Amino acid sequence: MTNTPQISSTSARDDLRTEPRFIRGLVIAMAVIFLTVFVVLPLVVVFAQAFSKGVGAYFAALSDPEALSAIRLTLMVAVISVGLNLVFGLVAAWAIAKFDFRGKTFLISLIDLPFSVSPVISGLVFVLLFGAQGFWGPWLQSHDVHVLFAVPGIALATIFVTFPFVARALIPLMQEQGTQEEEAAISLGASGLQTFFRVTLPNIKWGVLYGVLLCNARAMGEFGAVSVVSGHIRGETNTMPLLVEILYNEYQFVSSFAIASLLAMLALITLVAKTILERHLDEGPSPSGD
Amino acid sequence: MAIEVKNIVKKFGAFAALDGVDLKIANGELLALLGPSGSGKTTLLRIIAGLDWPDSGEVSFDGEDALARGAGERHVGFVFQHYALFRHMTVFENVAFGLRVQPRAVRKKEASIRARVRELLDLVQLDWLADRYPSQLSGGQRQRIALARALAIEPRILLLDEPFGALDAKVRKELRQWLRSLHNEINVTSIFVTHDQEEALEVANRVVVMDKGRIEQIGTPGEVYDNPATAFVHGFIGESIVLPVNVSDGCVRLGGKPLNIEVNGAASGASKLFVRRHDMQVGPAGSGALEGAVRHVRSFGPIQRAEIALCAGECATVIEIDAPRDRELQSGDIVGLQPRRYRIFAVPE
Repeated sequence: MTNTPQISSTSARDDLRTEPRFIRGLVIAMAVIFLTVFVVLPLVVVFAQAFSKGVGAYFAALSDPEALSAIRLTLMVAVISVGLNLVFGLVAAWAIAKFDFRGKTFLISLIDLPFSVSPVISGLVFVLLFGAQGFWGPWLQSHDVHVLFAVPGIALATIFVTFPFVARALIPLMQEQGTQEEEAAISLGASGLQTFFRVTLPNIKWGVLYGVLLCNARAMGEFGAVSVVSGHIRGETNTMPLLVEILYNEYQFVSSFAIASLLAMLALITLVAKTILERHLDEGPSPSGD
Repeated sequence: MAIEVKNIVKKFGAFAALDGVDLKIANGELLALLGPSGSGKTTLLRIIAGLDWPDSGEVSFDGEDALARGAGERHVGFVFQHYALFRHMTVFENVAFGLRVQPRAVRKKEASIRARVRELLDLVQLDWLADRYPSQLSGGQRQRIALARALAIEPRILLLDEPFGALDAKVRKELRQWLRSLHNEINVTSIFVTHDQEEALEVANRVVVMDKGRIEQIGTPGEVYDNPATAFVHGFIGESIVLPVNVSDGCVRLGGKPLNIEVNGAASGASKLFVRRHDMQVGPAGSGALEGAVRHVRSFGPIQRAEIALCAGECATVIEIDAPRDRELQSGDIVGLQPRRYRIFAVPE
């Protein structure tokens, strides 16, 4: 007798806490179906198409000189843009998070600009600046410097598009950490560089890796901005995403999807690395092994 | 190291954090900067440390211009309010930091760095925590490690910003006594900032009371408590009863009714009468300068604290007094009140 009201009260509390079983099932099923159709299926299709003519055809497609050149160019552009954006991003985040100055808000909006501008427009800006009819075009031509339709142009467009990633990952982190540890280091006699390398950088290393990872993924995958400035010179200025499109338009599905599969693998690796890094960021920089 | 601060002005936008501050600190002193938040005490400490720069004024250490040097060159040990320990370093490395970043020419050998760190950890009695990270320490332990780290560079001055502010009451009491005895042991000129009067009066040799960017009074704990120089100091330090009075023709009036107390040279005009709670003597009705009805009594320890509604003028003003327990008060009693010691300060126009 005494048990009955207790049981009914706990089940009533359960009802308040969670939705009925069939609604839970429905919502979970919807999420799973959505992810399958829009994420898992396309990934499977990419790999299925890439291997549709066998493993031999897959590796033949990847070792094609045009494909190798695209891979090399993509890696080079990624190294350049990630490297430079690492430096820019660190400097910008350091300035914004640790110092007060006029125009700080303006600088923050400038950093966000590449996110709000369509990549095609970003590419066009560089055409307008460096193109034959562009602002610096005639001067560049007379000095025989090739920016557009060459590696520098592609690198510039990629740097522009991927600029916010490192800075954006670091600004909130550095703001949250404040300036007290730096002040402590300076009052203990550390120089500016010692303070940066011994105190600031170790505290933000996971944030830096996180920013670099996202920056790299975007740099390798960028299509729009690069497409405008590249000129699509085969074997010279095609990056992997550009080559995927060209091969696809030429009905070379195996080659196209083989290269696409490389980009898909990059995405998967990025995803795993991102999950690991996020765990470190949540934990904070101090190891808690005792 | 003697410190001299001359006419320091520091503004943040239109707000004057420090508005003409002069201060002399003798070698070996343990000085408290006491004031409410926003009084400029932390700003003054940061300027002495070189973490902030004044808009005008001078700071000198033993007669030598300190403003010409950066924070790292002043040999000042700074203990931050929230400790600011390096979170990615062990306790040992935190304390060793100041020794490791010295220029190669003067840097000690690894063995003597290690010996010095051990010595400092012994001094703060936390040698057993050397391999821990700051996140694994309690607040009081972090505070002591922050102190050891600041002492590692053999500072000429030790500055502490709200050193006990973030600790619970019991730990705070222990650390106060510990800081006093540590100061006796190492005898470095030390300044600490606090908003807690009890802390300032208990620990410091001299107390500097600040308000709104200005120094209100400098004196020993006894002086600032017994002879407050201004109405602010009287109100801020110790519990006071404050009554609005009017002084004219050598007579003090409360709500128009003359009080039977001396003017003590107070200027004519609107003023405030300050009396310590325990300086208000309770007698039978009609025996004192004031009269009131007891509304509520709480007795604990050697005293009874009574809430009394004053009957001078309208019976609106309620004061709290501390009386000895020789004569038990009852709520509803009508009593006479006579201030034994009191101060009258003119209300600024």
